[in-house]
Amino acid sequence: MIVVDRVSKYYGSTAAVRALDFRIDEGECVGFLGLNGAGKSTTLRLLSCLSMPTSGRITVRGLDAQIEPHAIRRLVGYLPDAPPVYPEMRVEPFLRFAGRLRGLGRAEVARRLPEVVEAAGLEAVVDQPIGTLSHGYRQRVGIAQAIVHRPALLILDEPIQGLDPVQIVEMRERIRALRGAHTILLSSHILSEIARTCDRLLMMHRGRIVAEGTEEELSARLGEPGAGGAMVVELEVRGEAEATRRALAHEDAEAIEVWPGGPGWVRARVRCRGDRREALAAAVVRAGLGLRALRRGSSALEDAFVRLGREADGRPADEEREAEPNDDPEPDERAP
Amino acid sequence: MRGALLIAGRELASYARTPSGYVVAAVVLGLDGLLFNGFALGAEARPSAEVLSLFFYVGGVGTMVAGILLSMRLLAEEHAQGTDVLLLTSPVREHEIVLGKFLASFAFLAVLALLTFHLATLVFVHGKVSLGHLAAGYLGMLLLGASTLALGTFASALTPHPFSTVLLTAALVGALDPAAYLIGQVADPPVGPVLGYLALHSTHFGSFQRGLVRLSDVVFHASVVYLALLAATRVLEARRWR
Repeated sequence: MIVVDRVSKYYGSTAAVRALDFRIDEGECVGFLGLNGAGKSTTLRLLSCLSMPTSGRITVRGLDAQIEPHAIRRLVGYLPDAPPVYPEMRVEPFLRFAGRLRGLGRAEVARRLPEVVEAAGLEAVVDQPIGTLSHGYRQRVGIAQAIVHRPALLILDEPIQGLDPVQIVEMRERIRALRGAHTILLSSHILSEIARTCDRLLMMHRGRIVAEGTEEELSARLGEPGAGGAMVVELEVRGEAEATRRALAHEDAEAIEVWPGGPGWVRARVRCRGDRREALAAAVVRAGLGLRALRRGSSALEDAFVRLGREADGRPADEEREAEPNDDPEPDERAP
Repeated sequence: MRGALLIAGRELASYARTPSGYVVAAVVLGLDGLLFNGFALGAEARPSAEVLSLFFYVGGVGTMVAGILLSMRLLAEEHAQGTDVLLLTSPVREHEIVLGKFLASFAFLAVLALLTFHLATLVFVHGKVSLGHLAAGYLGMLLLGASTLALGTFASALTPHPFSTVLLTAALVGALDPAAYLIGQVADPPVGPVLGYLALHSTHFGSFQRGLVRLSDVVFHASVVYLALLAATRVLEARRWR
């Protein structure tokens, strides 16, 4: 459905995205994952024809974005990071306006409105001015305006940004419910969230796609084949840093980081192939150290995300970690 | 054109729902009333045609002020509240967006102009003026307002903030009249006459004020509207490529 061929976008001399190449098939739900400034929003703006590429070619269902942007916009529903709503309007007239703007006739809008209101969960606020709604409801209005014309392609830029945990769950369910009816592209910098919602992930870093695939495929990139992927284990150990490092040194350990946690104890982080939690606990006890805590650390995907980003920078995967050894410093230590 | 009318309809309705429309109306109508009493009627007895001419003179100034103030509601406000994204990702063309915003503000300005009709009616009832004078004066006010609003639309495409739009519109309008007019009075030909010709109010409103409709003035205002809206459209189109 979407073919992006060597697309770059520059703002002045700054490259927002560089030489993007990817395809998205009809009906897919694809997540753009990246840190702030990775180029996710720029990519989505290009795909919605809100912005034009500096070079390269984007086609949506065979339509060239630079030649027929008007035709592509008919196919697209777009929710930017801040919902584009008029605060003085009430929800229903606003959705009616959005539908008419997207080319629906009066009768069609009237037929479509109840479906959209239900899909976005706006029944309770349909007569309220949008300016009086909570952020969560505004976001729902944003979703509703994006789907009112039944777009083939739905683009959601950071749809859960600013939502509380309950609203995040609701929004996730709403987006999931939209799968099948639309090809969905969404962006987020929250790995766990995007992994739960999307079929396929495109990891972006500094304007480039550094990896793509399913959650499992991306996770496996850090693990050895057949080892079940990488696992990060975090420990709190009573003892010296060097003794702890020696105790944790294990043939399956790919990386060990140890840093002071407090008086007489240290924190450690071990990335190993497969689940080695029991072995690590036993190793600490065998060495005569005190095991205060042991837990599974960030997910393999999260680790992959950080690692791939650093690989793309040409830095060793653990460089930044070593430069910032204390994950949980005292407040005064956090200050520069 | 359908997109332009949709946008204009929504925008016009929002004038009634937000305080800014009422504030602009209050300021402009208050200004018109004060200037009518203090300047047009004056303390001395005057021929009614002269009173009506002076009424349109001050009405023209009021219309320009209204146009400058209303410019803050145009494209810059959409940009400031992020709703330009809704318009720019919809299958409406840039010229429809520009035209829609312009038409809404022009319709609002026309309502403001009509709300001064009771002042002109006073002169008509108690004096001896023709309906043609009234019609020409109001046509001139609408054309002057359209020119000011078109310049405001262009300014609002250039700036991201409503307040800076007002300042830029005031600067653009002020550059044409009185600045260009005053410089035109003292500069040597060919610069002087050319600058003098650009004056929106001083050069191209006087005939309407006196009850005359000159085609050259109508064409001048229509040209300003067309060129300013075209420039605003081009700015919006260019924004996608920036």
